[in-house]
Amino acid sequence: MNYFLELLPSLLSGLKMTLGVFFFTIIGSIPLGIIVSLGMKSEYFTIRWLINGYIWIMRGTPLLLQLIFVYYGLGMMGISFPRFEAAIIAFIINYAAYLAEIFRGGLQSVPRGQYDAAKVLGFTKIQTFFKIVLPQVIKIVVPSFGNEVINLVKDTSLVYVIGLGDILRAGNIAASRDVTLIPYLLVGLIYLIMTAIVTVLLRRTEKRLNIWR
Amino acid sequence: MLEIKKLTKTYNNNTIFRDLDLTVSDGEVLSIVGPSGIGKTTLIKILAGLETADAGKVTLNSEQLPVDGTRTDAKVGLIFQDFNLFPNYTVLDNIILAPINVNKIDKAAAKDQARSIIDTLGMLNKAELYPFQLSGGQKQRAAIARALVMDPQILAYDEPTSGLDEASTKQVAEIVKTLKHRGVTQLIITHDQFFAEIVSDRVFDFSKEVAR
Repeated sequence: MNYFLELLPSLLSGLKMTLGVFFFTIIGSIPLGIIVSLGMKSEYFTIRWLINGYIWIMRGTPLLLQLIFVYYGLGMMGISFPRFEAAIIAFIINYAAYLAEIFRGGLQSVPRGQYDAAKVLGFTKIQTFFKIVLPQVIKIVVPSFGNEVINLVKDTSLVYVIGLGDILRAGNIAASRDVTLIPYLLVGLIYLIMTAIVTVLLRRTEKRLNIWR
Repeated sequence: MLEIKKLTKTYNNNTIFRDLDLTVSDGEVLSIVGPSGIGKTTLIKILAGLETADAGKVTLNSEQLPVDGTRTDAKVGLIFQDFNLFPNYTVLDNIILAPINVNKIDKAAAKDQARSIIDTLGMLNKAELYPFQLSGGQKQRAAIARALVMDPQILAYDEPTSGLDEASTKQVAEIVKTLKHRGVTQLIITHDQFFAEIVSDRVFDFSKEVAR
């Protein structure tokens, strides 16, 4: 117990980093993912081509590599970001690509008739998207979106590679200093708690959306 | 009055119809009959602005309506064959969504207006249900209410009796008559000759009167 209290401050400070990366990524990647998914349906070939290239790169290379590239690679090219900002940028552009694919599937499953009905009633394209299409897309994508959110909780641990102190790194330091596995157990427990919270929130959202079909 | 002059529609080099002329008077109920795949639905989709025509003129109450896909108005209400209700809204919300967002009407006023319309259609006790909780006939009445609340100058139905049982078909006929008494101009696409004869003032035989 005493050992636990001893570890707590460093774990909490690591947790703060983990949660920071998590929340900023969620906030940034959802709107970007929606925009990208809409771009995939663009009538301009160049836009579709660019977006497909972007998604290919983001999904085709390890996030770890992307983190290194954004922080060190861009830094060498004279575009340098502080570590935390670099991590957020890498996470947002990576997760937006995955979310865009999910949203694209959701968009495709909204029937043409919904757009027709909206047009005949005089809705603008923007109103149609936000009032009619998006709510239906959200319901469809919640389960796959949830998977990505849970992946994100764990992926945040990759930020160690650019020298950020997240919770896993805090545990790592304590474990090698005190030659014990207990910090790892604690870190694992904290990840489990975080994913449990996310799971419960997602289940509730699904349930709330299940009032209509 | 709706006036269609020399309307022509081609699709992938196939002529769907050519030089179609049709006039519908105010308050008239006109049924357009003919076999499936002949272009009846295409015609009302052009009138509602969902499809483009290749040539011809459509005039509604002496205002020319573009047929090139640039329409954004709700002058022609359309009751789709599969209704296309918004599944994520209750019946009442389906109906008030356009008045609130398109016509910028106050929500309370929109609700009052919607309730009075669904009352006429016998759907008041279904106002808080979602579309998946409704039968086919009820969905159709919800769709009719949703179109009517925008006060269209013409209400067009695409195959309103397909998939309905006899009782629901009678109900549709009643609704058409009720709306006729209120002066609503109605255009009914159907392959049900019998239904057409009962409800309409005039039957337009698409296969006989339209060149292809």
